[in-house]
Amino acid sequence: MAKSIDVSDLNIYYGDFLAVEGVSMTIKARSVTAFIGPSGCGKSTFLRSLNRMHEVIPGARVEGKVMVDGQSLYEPSVDPVAVRRQIGMVFQRPNPFPTMSIYDNVLSGKKLNSKRMKKSESDDLVEKSLRGANLWTEVKDRLGKPGMGLSGGQQQRLCIARAIAVEPQVLLMDEPCSALDPISTSAIEDLIHELKSDYTIVIVTHNMQQAARVSDETGFFNLKATGEPGQLVEFNSTKQMFTNPDNEATEAYISGRFG
Amino acid sequence: MAMTTEPRSDRDVTAIDQSTGRVGDVVFAGLARSSGLLIMLALAGVAVFLVVQGSGALGNTGDAVYGKDSIWGYVWPLLFGTLLASVIAMIIAAPLAIGVALIISHYAPRPVAKTLGWLIDLLAAIPSVVYGLWGINFLALNLVPAYDWLQRNAGWIPFFEGPVPNSGRTMLTAGIVLAVMALPIITAICREVFAQTPKMHQEAALALGATRWEMIRMTVFPYARSGMISAVLLGLGRALGETMAVALVLAPSLLVSFNLITAEQSSSTIAANIALNFGNASGAKIDTLIFTGLVLFIITFAVNFLGRAIAVRGVAKG
Repeated sequence: MAKSIDVSDLNIYYGDFLAVEGVSMTIKARSVTAFIGPSGCGKSTFLRSLNRMHEVIPGARVEGKVMVDGQSLYEPSVDPVAVRRQIGMVFQRPNPFPTMSIYDNVLSGKKLNSKRMKKSESDDLVEKSLRGANLWTEVKDRLGKPGMGLSGGQQQRLCIARAIAVEPQVLLMDEPCSALDPISTSAIEDLIHELKSDYTIVIVTHNMQQAARVSDETGFFNLKATGEPGQLVEFNSTKQMFTNPDNEATEAYISGRFG
Repeated sequence: MAMTTEPRSDRDVTAIDQSTGRVGDVVFAGLARSSGLLIMLALAGVAVFLVVQGSGALGNTGDAVYGKDSIWGYVWPLLFGTLLASVIAMIIAAPLAIGVALIISHYAPRPVAKTLGWLIDLLAAIPSVVYGLWGINFLALNLVPAYDWLQRNAGWIPFFEGPVPNSGRTMLTAGIVLAVMALPIITAICREVFAQTPKMHQEAALALGATRWEMIRMTVFPYARSGMISAVLLGLGRALGETMAVALVLAPSLLVSFNLITAEQSSSTIAANIALNFGNASGAKIDTLIFTGLVLFIITFAVNFLGRAIAVRGVAKG
């Protein structure tokens, strides 16, 4: 069910403001692709344009093409709601629904799509998703408790469980570990490694070590110049990016000589 | 003060002394405190006045209570009419206000939302006499065909038994006028609460593939539930105490009746009744009317208190 994503000449706007310009890349299926770059260079904006979450912000729009397995996401006939059901997302700050139990949080996406499920079916799905997010053993005795009662790292894994419960083709992660401690971060990174076999994963991170640890391919975003739109500077295999990047600016950023 | 005083230079001591003595702080604190106190005093003053003057009416009978057996026989139909009109108003206003608030906060593009919000706020600025005149001369007359239809097709329900008066001045008309009057406050509060729903929860729902309505049901309503309840209760408080509009729309009578679309058998409300009768009242009748005022005061106070309490509890939880 994992799918590849082809992006060509994508320009992303907030109203009249061009935030990201001319991005083209191919994201491989069943692999982890990481985006790195300084703050405000458009990594998250670009990520959100991959499941049409970008246009949730008033005035935001996109020019160019995003193809998921040959299907263009921005055709007028395509319903953004359907796109988001295929392409799941995990946010920077853990955001389980505060009024729902752990159990209901996992099922929340599934309930939107479907007819009523049998109790046994939902039980199975909850267990499968929580196991998939490496959270099952920690919460199996308190599924009825509110999701907000968990620790930050557990909440983030709950959000991942919620996202994979709808069996998306692609999973987008917007700095999923930036609000977490090192141990929770490591738990999520392990999870990303496991999820890779079933999903196409795209992750935005500020942490270059994290990009190096989890990803197969890496894209480096940067502003053209101060006040200019962000752009994709280099897109390469992670190995090459961190050892012998093609672009000087990439090397400067990765080795810490930024500027 | 059992403190070991360390030897200090004079400069340090004066610096500590001076830090508490800002004139502005003292003046402002005093001003704020006295304003708060003044409001408490005014409220207490009203309560004391109502209790002292009204309690004299407890033993009133006969002529002093407009021919009823006791004060309770007089208050009960009025209280019933007040509650009935207000409840009708809330049944109409609450869904409407929540819908309008949602359109403003989540559906309409920003310029439209702004204009709409502004128009709704403007409704609150219309004097209640104007609402009353509008109720009699426009709304009531235009509702007569609708009432006729209701009586023909739903007359078997006691609410719609009729007969429908030609003037259209009925309990239901009063309820509708009150609904329009309570609309701005309910809309304004709901709008605020809806707009405060955390972005991250709304985005979480959207990212799972929720439509806008599903997103609202999953995140906005659970978050805003207590705010919505308190908004409706505050609107109810407004409707309970409304005087002029109801006084103009309703023909005064002292009956307990659920018949919503007739004139001869409809109850009046406390506030409207006081407004209509106070001018001609004297002696014991004044006490009687003030006693009805006390009853209204207690009910309104309780409803508002409940509304605030629910709002506060919701904040603490969320």
